Amino acid sequence: MRYLTDRKRAVGKGAAGTGTEHHWYMQVSAVGLALIVPTFIIIAGRALGSDHASVLETFSHPIPAILTALVLVVGLQHFRRGAQIMIEDYWHGTTKKAALIFTTVFSYGLTATGLFALAKIAL
Amino acid sequence: MVQLTLPKNSRITTGKTWPKPDGATNLRKFQIYRWNPDDGQNPRVDTYFVDMDNCGPMILDALIKIKNEIDPTLTFRRSCREGICGSCAMNIDGINTLACIYGMDEIKGDVKIYPLPHMPVVKDLIPDLNHFYAQHASIMPWLETKTNRPAKEWKQSIEDRKKLDGLYECVMCASCSTSCPSYWWNSDRYLGPAALLHAYRWLIDSRDEATGERLDQLEDPFKLYRCHTIMNCAKTCPKGLNPAKAIAEIKKMMVSRAV
Repeated sequence: MRYLTDRKRAVGKGAAGTGTEHHWYMQVSAVGLALIVPTFIIIAGRALGSDHASVLETFSHPIPAILTALVLVVGLQHFRRGAQIMIEDYWHGTTKKAALIFTTVFSYGLTATGLFALAKIAL
Repeated sequence: MVQLTLPKNSRITTGKTWPKPDGATNLRKFQIYRWNPDDGQNPRVDTYFVDMDNCGPMILDALIKIKNEIDPTLTFRRSCREGICGSCAMNIDGINTLACIYGMDEIKGDVKIYPLPHMPVVKDLIPDLNHFYAQHASIMPWLETKTNRPAKEWKQSIEDRKKLDGLYECVMCASCSTSCPSYWWNSDRYLGPAALLHAYRWLIDSRDEATGERLDQLEDPFKLYRCHTIMNCAKTCPKGLNPAKAIAEIKKMMVSRAV
């Protein structure tokens, strides 16, 4: 039991001075993803079922390649920040910090892996 | 991780069934949460029967009748009995609302009454609202000015006054905040719908001159941005207000000064 006044407990350590940038990024990236993901699904969907050479040809074209890169970068950044909110909501203490580190590493790792694979195909 | 199950000493048991009133033909069954911090026992749900031919139409009327005629130990807050003071907020039939303005005819079947959810209980239907009130105080719920005080009063146009409609009516009953899952999990840091609605009430007041400082105090991933637009607050508000909209307006103000 800590002897804190209610006001001291409510104010805590004060405002962090951040949050709006995160909020705005989520709004902008959500709009961006609403545009690029359907386009990506249509283009990638067309390549599904075709032979190896056709898939390579599709993704070596600049527009599908750039679109795929955008989906990877924007999508996984959106995922990372969204997952951060969920983790902060439900987990506290050391578990929260560990989960945030894992999500960050996972997102950047997946982005790098995806971009490497795309570069191998497209270039 | 958030606690999803009640601790052992908070699990609710079946309580006492109080005798039916003599000679009554039109009975209504009430199941009411009871907990006494002094007896060391788990919370229980007691069953009461109220003679509806001899009772007012609101839930609070029945609670007062139970306290006066059946069980004087039943404990709850009440004062104005007309939806102005916000004292009698409780969870009735699964909805956080004011007992004084919630009609018994709005409920089908038995009436189930619990204290406001996810708050420490002081006794029976009384939640501990100290932290809730302290959060309200932290948003500076008063007019903050820097200009010298005018000779008469701080003037406001009719249009600017209208911006306070839907905000000033809040009676701080805590129904909204205690219905919000974000507030359940992070009430130590998230201000909750009620405090944020009040914060917006002062942010949008044309006479207030501390808008920047107020926004600075709210610029925080937890104080403001735990609101995920779940909308439970707007759904449950017994005064028909929309705290979620007020929070969205604060977010818009934040973005408009940053972008």
